[in-house]
Amino acid sequence: MEEESDFRKINNSFLRDHNYATEADIISTVEFNSTGELLATGDKGGRVVVFQREQESKNQPHRRGEYNVYSTFQSHEPEFDYLKSLEIEEKINKIRWLPQQNAAYFLLSTNDKTVKLWKISERDKRPEGYNLKDEDGRIRDPGTITTLRVPVLQPMDLMVEATPRRVFSNAHTYHINSISVNSDYETFMSTDDLRINLWNLEITNRSFNIVDIKPTNMEELTEVITAAEFHPHQCNTFVYSSSKGSIRLCDMRASALCDNHSKFFEEPEDPSNRSFFSEIISSISDVKFSHSGRYLMTRDYLTVKVWDLNMESKPLETYQVHDYLRSKLCSLYENDCIFDKFECVWNGSDSVIMTGSYNNFFRMFDRNTKRDVTLEASRENSKPRAILKPRKVCVGGKRRKDEISVDSLDFSKKILHTAWHPYENIIAVAATNNLYIFQDKIN
Amino acid sequence: MFSKGTKRKFSDGGEEISEETLVGARMASSYSLQRQSLLDMSLIKLQLCHMLVEPNLCRSVLIANTVRQIQEEMTHDGSWQVVTEAFCSAGQSPSERLVATEVLCRSREQDAEPKLFSVISYEGCREEEVVADETLCSVSVSDAVSNVCLAGSIGQCWEKSDVETDEEALKDSRLGGSGEDDEIDTDDEPSREGPKTIGQVFGTFEIKNSSPGPDSALEELFSDVDTSYYDLDTMLTGMQSAPKMGPYDLLDSLAPSHGSSSIVSAPNCRSDLNELDHIMEIIVGS
Repeated sequence: MEEESDFRKINNSFLRDHNYATEADIISTVEFNSTGELLATGDKGGRVVVFQREQESKNQPHRRGEYNVYSTFQSHEPEFDYLKSLEIEEKINKIRWLPQQNAAYFLLSTNDKTVKLWKISERDKRPEGYNLKDEDGRIRDPGTITTLRVPVLQPMDLMVEATPRRVFSNAHTYHINSISVNSDYETFMSTDDLRINLWNLEITNRSFNIVDIKPTNMEELTEVITAAEFHPHQCNTFVYSSSKGSIRLCDMRASALCDNHSKFFEEPEDPSNRSFFSEIISSISDVKFSHSGRYLMTRDYLTVKVWDLNMESKPLETYQVHDYLRSKLCSLYENDCIFDKFECVWNGSDSVIMTGSYNNFFRMFDRNTKRDVTLEASRENSKPRAILKPRKVCVGGKRRKDEISVDSLDFSKKILHTAWHPYENIIAVAATNNLYIFQDKIN
Repeated sequence: MFSKGTKRKFSDGGEEISEETLVGARMASSYSLQRQSLLDMSLIKLQLCHMLVEPNLCRSVLIANTVRQIQEEMTHDGSWQVVTEAFCSAGQSPSERLVATEVLCRSREQDAEPKLFSVISYEGCREEEVVADETLCSVSVSDAVSNVCLAGSIGQCWEKSDVETDEEALKDSRLGGSGEDDEIDTDDEPSREGPKTIGQVFGTFEIKNSSPGPDSALEELFSDVDTSYYDLDTMLTGMQSAPKMGPYDLLDSLAPSHGSSSIVSAPNCRSDLNELDHIMEIIVGS
């Protein structure tokens, strides 16, 4: 597959699209596993749906790489905190896969307060011939047991089981916004608005607080943590982003409590663009290390930026996602859209980045050619296996055919969550309650 | 009676600063209008945040920072004084006003903290408290008491927003309760007709009293918010290009800030329930 893929040829290969549209079905996170074989989504109803890529088949070459439902389970249930008298939503905020180490798959899923480790495993055999119970599991009358049998494994239909293995709870006062598995594969961190906790995957009753920005007097609070991630290779390094538009890189070797950062990435404010919304639109909604670990990508309300870890003073590259909204910030503040948290992703080779926008549009930026494209994930405008047409938003007065004017954008249809296959050009785009999977055109 | 006094002050203030306001209004660019509506909008948003037990902290902090930024700028160019003059009694020095705005800001900040009492949840508590007291006292007395309490705290905010300590709040409420406040000249009242009569003001409180529970408070707040919000809308979209403002229009446009008086009353509301009981004792005793 060509790295410099022509995005216009991206093929709409699969739609998971049913006619349901309840609040609980709204997809709240999307994540490929490390091989790209599985894709997990979490939704507002607390469910996790795992899709598996179909094996290549000679008879149906066009079906290559289609993702079908592999397992569905209820990860989180709505809860009630009796001490604080508040409801805890079941909404899945983030999913992170653990690297595969045996036949089973493991993933972490989190809602506002609790992280859970799930094991997803296949079973195609079942034991038969127990001595003390019959085939249905009922205890046999001891009087009828006259011989001793050796149980045997009998083949059965393939079953995929999801079992909760660990529950990491009671460590967050605020809402967890991100989780990240460390490259040592033994620890992970969970981040809420004011604190970052470090956990061992085996230990659920203890976590270490590694960052705490809560002021002793909450009246002085002016900044919150918006996202955090471990470095992909250096297990001692992690970054976290803030609502003031800065990114801090911390080294856990320096001290146990990483309140002092070792690097501080921030772009000086452009005085010509200054407004009352400057701080709000510079608030970082997502931060991601590149696969190589050399770069950082951050998403704020209007732009996506690429930072070199060796340059803290300004970003290496800045891409405008939807600059035409700059004149509409007041109404976007009024209708709260300005607080939407858009995520961003790298492609497998760190050469292309992708992020979402409104009106079911999502954007891709090629870092080498500097080309960018706007695509739309919608049922009306894309049929299975059809080629996506690039969309254009018209800014000025004259609107050409095929262009859409800024005023007719639908701000209720937003693409906040996307995922990119770890090394192939397959992307997953969550548009409200629909998941779209697009891939390069197959020739 | 308290509300009457407030009204009188309010119109008085309007007359005093009318010239200044007119000049100001003439000079008012669409920028300051926008800034004002943005401030109003932010205050409403914060107020709505307070209704949630656990608001989105990031959003609350960003809005609070925006409010702080606007206030800072308005303090710099002096327009915040015009705003506060509408609320403050004439005897206050500018520094006191500054303190007042700080209090405004601080109470908001506190409310961004989900663990502290939010205004609304507290209001809910207060209403429950009143209802609970009805079982102890006779209905009529407790009604009067709650009216006085509410009117006391609100009226006080309208007069001056520099409620700094709970004790002060307590004192003021006591004054309001016993009706000894010099500033309220009830004889003058009939000649001056405020936009809201006592009946109206008390009416709202009665509604509040008769409908305990946070939901009704919520509803009422929303009904409060609605009108101002739509005003905001028109101001943001339509009226920007042709701002024509008289002194009263300016005050009207400040209405949302008045609406946020419940926020201002937050610090004194925070006096714990014992203090409220204490007030009641005093009032019932007299």
